[in-house]
Amino acid sequence: MNYTNLSKIAVNALKRNKFRSILTMLGIIIGVGSVIAMLSIGQGSKKSIQNQISSMGSNLVFVMPGSQQRGGVMMGNSNAKTLTLSDVEKLQKESQYLAAISPQVSTSGQAVNGNKNWPTSCTGVNAEYLTIRKYELEDGRIFTEKEINSLAKVCIVGQTVVENLFDKSIDPVGQTLRFSGIPFKIIGVLKEKGESSMGQDQDDLILAPYTSVQRRILAITHIQSISTSAVSEDKSDEAIKEIETILRLEHNLKEGEANDFQVRSQAEMIQTFTSVSDMLTMLLGAIAGISLLVGGIGIMNIMFVSVTERTKEIGLRMSVGGRGIDILMQFLIEAVLLSIIGGIIGILFGLAISFVATSLLNFPMIIMTEAIVVSFLVCSAIGIFFGWYPAKKAANLNPIDAVRHE
Amino acid sequence: MAMSKVIIKVSDLRKDYYIGEVTVHALRKVDMEINEGEFVAIMGASGSGKSTMLNILGCLDKPTSGEYMLDGVAMSKMNKNQLALLRNQKLGFIFQSYNLLPRTTALENVELPLYYNPKIKSKERLERAKHALDLVGLADRMHHMPNQLSGGQQQRVAIARSLVNDPVVILADEATGNLDTRTSYEIMELFQKLNDQGKTIVFVTHEPDIARFMKRNIVFRDGRIQKESVVINRLFASELIKNLPVETEVI
Repeated sequence: MNYTNLSKIAVNALKRNKFRSILTMLGIIIGVGSVIAMLSIGQGSKKSIQNQISSMGSNLVFVMPGSQQRGGVMMGNSNAKTLTLSDVEKLQKESQYLAAISPQVSTSGQAVNGNKNWPTSCTGVNAEYLTIRKYELEDGRIFTEKEINSLAKVCIVGQTVVENLFDKSIDPVGQTLRFSGIPFKIIGVLKEKGESSMGQDQDDLILAPYTSVQRRILAITHIQSISTSAVSEDKSDEAIKEIETILRLEHNLKEGEANDFQVRSQAEMIQTFTSVSDMLTMLLGAIAGISLLVGGIGIMNIMFVSVTERTKEIGLRMSVGGRGIDILMQFLIEAVLLSIIGGIIGILFGLAISFVATSLLNFPMIIMTEAIVVSFLVCSAIGIFFGWYPAKKAANLNPIDAVRHE
Repeated sequence: MAMSKVIIKVSDLRKDYYIGEVTVHALRKVDMEINEGEFVAIMGASGSGKSTMLNILGCLDKPTSGEYMLDGVAMSKMNKNQLALLRNQKLGFIFQSYNLLPRTTALENVELPLYYNPKIKSKERLERAKHALDLVGLADRMHHMPNQLSGGQQQRVAIARSLVNDPVVILADEATGNLDTRTSYEIMELFQKLNDQGKTIVFVTHEPDIARFMKRNIVFRDGRIQKESVVINRLFASELIKNLPVETEVI
């Protein structure tokens, strides 16, 4: 028996029962379609989260103070005063993987302008901070080196602060606001950035020279953290190592001693968030996989019905010389064809759904080639697996009983 | 009379069925020979063993004991697949209920046995099927579906299907059982024509009238051959059809 003939026989048999074939395929179509759609939407949401996080600033690497031991007593991270301006200078001088570095000191308080006031935070930074965090100026200018050195009382404000402290008709640049009782002259306004992926308003801030915040408001000599950006995203791991090496040397830490600072990168944060998204994708995929299994069982069910209904046909085929193996292969090919054709339609269907869904949800559309290949293979496997038993049943029919079956 | 070739030789054939603890002797010691070019009726009431005999002759069932030689091949030692091959190459079946594949053209129905013969390529398959349909007078209906054909035409398609593999013997099981008198005669006319062309035909029937179209009758009773006789006063379908009253068509 050659497979060309068997395939023709199987195709003809499916054509004779077009409607049933389509109904049978429906289970597989929905199964494969939902697997493809779910994975694609899941991956799209992951990509979307990634994009949002990187919008906070590309290749961001933070240095935060770490715990410190004083005479055997561990000190908490937040009170630690281990970072200093000399650390920043050292990094600026020696690092190769860092594109921009800014010290950071921050305090929250009430900003006041005339009869309006607004609770916000004032962050002391240098001019590079805007590049690091991807802020852009809408109006005005950034503070100069001279202003930083002279502890100038100047500031740049975010849109939320502007909205809450100034009337729409007034141009905030050139105005003065008071923060912690100290008057700051507004020299620039930031472009609106919107909410971060964690729901934080990124426009609710005042930026001032770090020297001013450090000495005039907080009256401290250390700094709270250092924001830097690596030269590129894939260099952020090297950047972390480099910072650690430089700072350990600067802090005179001996080998075996723990770091008294922490370095975290944006890439790590992305990983944390995307791992959640990955889990969600897997969960959705698994649920869709179950519907694929149900589709496979549907094929088995119909194939059983088909064997019973076509008993007489099977008897006839046997009486004109069809061997058991020929009958088996015919029904197996029918089942595999159903699942493969269903699979192909399902893949197209899934791609269509994910296209619609991702454009509605504003996710990037991600076509997962592996998912398509895998679901295609799974479909063939389902066809063989669920087609085998009914086909075996058909092949084992007694030709005499089968041909006389009414 | 020249000795013709023996196509079917059955010797000491027995077939028992076991139903629970009861043994049913469907065939008890049957001996028979059918030569090339014969047209034999196998007759008998239901339960006489004629269907069992046909199943064995058709290589669909194996005897409990005894031997059956088909065209010089002993079938009792063959396995299922070899029997399938034997059916494919040496036998043609015709059934009472035609057994055509639904929603499949006459031509494709006739092609069916050749699909199970890998040696025959699609071009030859098509030609042989067309030729067989031509032999039964349905060349103009080859693309019709079974439900577009009358009972007689469907049986002709089935006959064409039984001829397409050029079998050594055609086995017909009550082939006129579902047909009216005129159509039965037309089918018998076709059988007689095929027999005249040299086809060996074994025809199972319980109707004595139909059996008179054949050359020899073998009557079964209780699993044995009760009577064997050469048909005298053989009927010829082509003449009978002429004498049938002309049907007035009612509109």
